[in-house]
Amino acid sequence: MNDDRHTTCTASAGGPSRRRLLALGASAGALAWLGPQAGWMAQALAATPPAKPTGQVVIGLSQEPTVFHPLLVHIEVDEAVYFNLFSALWRVDPKGNFVPDLVSEIPTVENGGFSADGLHWRIKLKPGVKWHDGTPFTAEDVKYNIELIQNPKFLAGRKAGHELVRDITVVSPTELTWRMDKPYAPYPAILSWTFFVPKHIFEKEADPNKPAFVNKPVGTGPFTWVERIPGDHITLAAYPAYHGGGPYLERLVIKYVPDLTVLYTQFQTGDIDYIGLQGITPDHYEEAKALADRVVTPVPQAFIENIGLNLGKPVFKDLAVREALYWAMDKKSIIEQIYYGLPTPTESYLPMQSWAYNPDLPKQSYDPEKAKKILDDAGWKPGSDGIREKNGVRLEFTNSTTAGNHVREQAQQLLQQNWAEIGAKMTISNLPPAVMWGDYWMMSKFDSAMVGIDFMVGPDPDATDFFASKSIGAKGGGGQNTCQYESPEVDACLAEGASTVDQAKRKAAYLKMQQLTRQDLPYLPIFQYAMVQGVKSKLQGFAPDVSVQENCYNANTWYWA
Amino acid sequence: MASFLLNRLIQSVILLALVSVIGFAVLHLAPGGPLSQFALIPGMTQEQLAHIAHEMGLDRPLPLQYWEWVSRLVTGDWGHSYRDNQPVLAIISGRLPATFELMLTAIALAVLLGVTVGVLGAVRRGSIFDSLATVGAMVALSIPTFWFGLIVIYIFAVKLGWLPAGSRSTVGDGSFSDYFRHLIAPAVVLALVEVAIWSRYMRGAMLDVISQDFIRTARAKGLSEKSVMLRHAFRNALLPMIELAGLELPTLLGGALVTETVFTWPGMGRLFLDSLGYRDYPVVMGILMVSAVLVLIGSLFADILSAAADPRIRL
Repeated sequence: MNDDRHTTCTASAGGPSRRRLLALGASAGALAWLGPQAGWMAQALAATPPAKPTGQVVIGLSQEPTVFHPLLVHIEVDEAVYFNLFSALWRVDPKGNFVPDLVSEIPTVENGGFSADGLHWRIKLKPGVKWHDGTPFTAEDVKYNIELIQNPKFLAGRKAGHELVRDITVVSPTELTWRMDKPYAPYPAILSWTFFVPKHIFEKEADPNKPAFVNKPVGTGPFTWVERIPGDHITLAAYPAYHGGGPYLERLVIKYVPDLTVLYTQFQTGDIDYIGLQGITPDHYEEAKALADRVVTPVPQAFIENIGLNLGKPVFKDLAVREALYWAMDKKSIIEQIYYGLPTPTESYLPMQSWAYNPDLPKQSYDPEKAKKILDDAGWKPGSDGIREKNGVRLEFTNSTTAGNHVREQAQQLLQQNWAEIGAKMTISNLPPAVMWGDYWMMSKFDSAMVGIDFMVGPDPDATDFFASKSIGAKGGGGQNTCQYESPEVDACLAEGASTVDQAKRKAAYLKMQQLTRQDLPYLPIFQYAMVQGVKSKLQGFAPDVSVQENCYNANTWYWA
Repeated sequence: MASFLLNRLIQSVILLALVSVIGFAVLHLAPGGPLSQFALIPGMTQEQLAHIAHEMGLDRPLPLQYWEWVSRLVTGDWGHSYRDNQPVLAIISGRLPATFELMLTAIALAVLLGVTVGVLGAVRRGSIFDSLATVGAMVALSIPTFWFGLIVIYIFAVKLGWLPAGSRSTVGDGSFSDYFRHLIAPAVVLALVEVAIWSRYMRGAMLDVISQDFIRTARAKGLSEKSVMLRHAFRNALLPMIELAGLELPTLLGGALVTETVFTWPGMGRLFLDSLGYRDYPVVMGILMVSAVLVLIGSLFADILSAAADPRIRL
């Protein structure tokens, strides 16, 4: 597709190469990491944290964390534990800046952290950091972790980026260097999500995929492991020798409450201090706002709700169909009537808070007449039953999502009506999650799907996995381009964005890429999710952040006022 | 007796083998699988999914997978959970105390109340009490447990603040009174349905017995009505209850799916639902086998007890 356009991204970028891979906000980083005293966020100024860890916070989650080896394959809820138990080289603050975690300074070209071409890295670690068992954390641990991820036998959750690291050399206990096989711009962002496990414990493990470690994980994070009651909760305790700010809480309890209504009820009664992950269901939002001593606010998330169109199906090959369906979509009603006005309509696959977000994309509006005209002009003529067809292909398809998600089911029904008006017949065919997100999704067996996706790699806008033509599972590729979208231009943008170390060029590539996906519509974007977060008003210190999937990522700075 | 037990043992082994084959086949042939939980992870590739499938042993032919599972099962290795990699037996036994606590309390409540209500209803058949008990049982049986549980939580936890809204204990407390306070609401909600069941069975059994000849004989002998009811009718009416108790044993350990969900009770019911949702095959199969064994043991006990209580039954 798109043969008439140039398959390049650099033309519009221009500008001198600043050659600063990690440059964004690095200087402000060190300050931000000091925690509430340094003004991590405004509300923290209202009170000061206690001198020694005090009190306990119960975090309510609707899924259960079960994988306690942060490098193994895991699901998002497991990260609620990782952020509090383990440390990474650096992290990303809510503004998108890198801030030091285990490193003493964020590497930049200026401080010799990496070479101008982005190939040679020098990492300097904080001295005196100790694992929870008292063993010193050193550069050897970093080396071990990257090599573990590279081990082909290891079931790594993420290999992208790490695979390119070569020649890791430990210079001293607090310094190491490595070489990248080729420049890979998302790697700093990936490292902000790479939590380290202790070499001295793993060396004794027989099988890194089934380590005994998970029964009593040891990290360098602000909290230490106390216990896990399966199906119920996980208890963590303050680590007094933590190398960063805090922790100010004596105990952190991560409680699993599978039903969202029950979860909300326990928040009402005060059993739960903070609701994370899926948050409070939109239908409880109004009621929750009126609760005494609670702060209930919608916070943006990186997830984008879409209708994914499988371009492998004849009916969706025609761009006119995709455009017409998009114009006929009554987004406003979906958002206001079904989602209580909480989410924000969007045209992009990126959240608005991303540095690469393109605010200038054409705006969709609900215009069935325009949709009909597009179809008429493209030769889709209504048949005897009112359903349009062209060259023997009927404008008829199924739409699938997770069965039992009542909110989505309502949105599906609304879309069904919207599209029936323009002569398109959509049949709802929902499936249990284990079926829906199995081969049906991964191998592109669906017609269209209603799905919420975080397209980013952590805080990085790289979406190769979802849009590159080499990422189509059904065509033997490795990835999640399940809509089977193939665009040489998008491929070029993705390649450019991932390989250049120039921030301005990266941004230009992703801006263009968003134009292309908006134009080609492999996904019909509906809205960017907002999670209704609930927290007791006396709990200070947290800040919502779209770049993490868990808002308990900074529990080390939480405290009771 | 010995030949009876031997017979039952052989039957049981055959039954368990059948249950395991059917369970394994249904579970594995049902669409979807444990890999789908990883599908939406950013950066997940087909290659990685294939690697995970290999680690889980899912890339081998189904009969081979079954054979491997069975041959480990008989040696006591029930496999490891796909979710947290813990041994299946440890997972199941870890959930039993919570389930025991809840179910035993609920069943004890149910048997006491149910039998009393049932007996009184049968003795005073047609009275206002009997009609109320009948209507009450119908209502209790038709109220959705999920809804009833939420109502109990709303009234006693949210509005009145007398009871906790769920969980088995307050984290970090663990005192007896804390456990007890957490137990009240779920046990009562769970017992409600059980009371209804037990009272209906008991009433039916009593009525059956009362209409029999030996009761007329007992009355004709001039025994007091109290003596007739308690010593003759009640004791005989309890016999079918033993069968019922035997059948209830598996539910006792299987946990209460809905009640455990509403009250976030970390028991077997929740484990089963969670494991099924994730297609955690080893755990689901483990629960299935444990439940099957319990059904067999339950009915065996019921037979033996019935024989002991009723001289007419010979094993």
